[in-house]
Amino acid sequence: MISIQQQLSERAIELLALPEDTPCFILDVGCGSGLSGEALTDQGHVWIGVDISSSMLDVALEREVEGDVILGDMGEGMAFRPGTFDGVISISALQWLCNADKTYHNPPKRLYKFFSTLYSSMRRGARAVMQLYPENSDQLELITRQSMKAGFTGGLVVDFPNSTKAKKMFLCLFTGGAPQQLPCGLGTPGANPQQTQAAFTSKRERMQRIRGKPPKKSREWILEKKERRRRQGK
Amino acid sequence: MKLLTHNMLTSSIIKGVKKGFPLGIAATDIKVSEVDFNPDFIKKMIPKLEWSAICEAAESIGHLDGLPKELAPDYETDEDFLKKAHHVIMEVEIKEGDLICPETGRKFPIKNGIPNMLLKEDEV
Repeated sequence: MISIQQQLSERAIELLALPEDTPCFILDVGCGSGLSGEALTDQGHVWIGVDISSSMLDVALEREVEGDVILGDMGEGMAFRPGTFDGVISISALQWLCNADKTYHNPPKRLYKFFSTLYSSMRRGARAVMQLYPENSDQLELITRQSMKAGFTGGLVVDFPNSTKAKKMFLCLFTGGAPQQLPCGLGTPGANPQQTQAAFTSKRERMQRIRGKPPKKSREWILEKKERRRRQGK
Repeated sequence: MKLLTHNMLTSSIIKGVKKGFPLGIAATDIKVSEVDFNPDFIKKMIPKLEWSAICEAAESIGHLDGLPKELAPDYETDEDFLKKAHHVIMEVEIKEGDLICPETGRKFPIKNGIPNMLLKEDEV
């Protein structure tokens, strides 16, 4: 379990594409016991974590994480000054915003509140990378729509889309600044930058292979027939 | 909670609060721990900080520790200043106490170094 969390954190940090060798100030939304924060510390960044579970934050304190942790509900908004963070990561937390745990909770409103306050707390040109486990495509669409409404650009990066087990989704969001290219998911054809279009294949050749026989009167057909007759002793 | 975090935190998530910054501090327990000095990070963060709020907060908990209230124009090369800044924003931690919203007076309790920013139903 721990190793998967670490892998996800490392991949999320990679997708953040932070400038090399510069310590950055990062927000970790849904930091839990601080595993993703430790990955950030390892890379020399300073972070603040927010989580709604006080028991998880106590575990983080026990583990003596370097970053500060705050007890907060992301659906109530991110209470930070504008332009604070150089990047935002979130591991397996975003899907919780789709639940209405209290009667006055309204998931679309909470998502919008979260994204809009997050947007303003980020430096222009910064990225937010959020790994999530959506329950279904409706949830995913709701989350993406609300993030775009809040002003983010970007989209979904899917690692290993053809594997049920290894498939991982990262919502990669950009705040203004220079236009940025969405990174490619691992294990997808797009991961090879040269191959952006399907390769041209001769249709005729493909049909031939399906039938297994060369077209009549073609050179291959004649050669094959000669060979067959020879084998029969004719 | 470090003073660095305090300098970034606002109470603007409360309904009706515009700026919510800087939050007042009523500290009952303060701890000073040692953190590795990273001059590059401090240099990078200083332009982002509200320097007056840092000094105000540090003074209110009695840990200004010789930090100048005005930023010198050549602070980037002043190693002694960077170390002092590092001490105040990274090493001084509020363990127990309250954060106070400057506009509504709402208190956010800090327990074991963790500020509780959870809101009540009517504050959202």
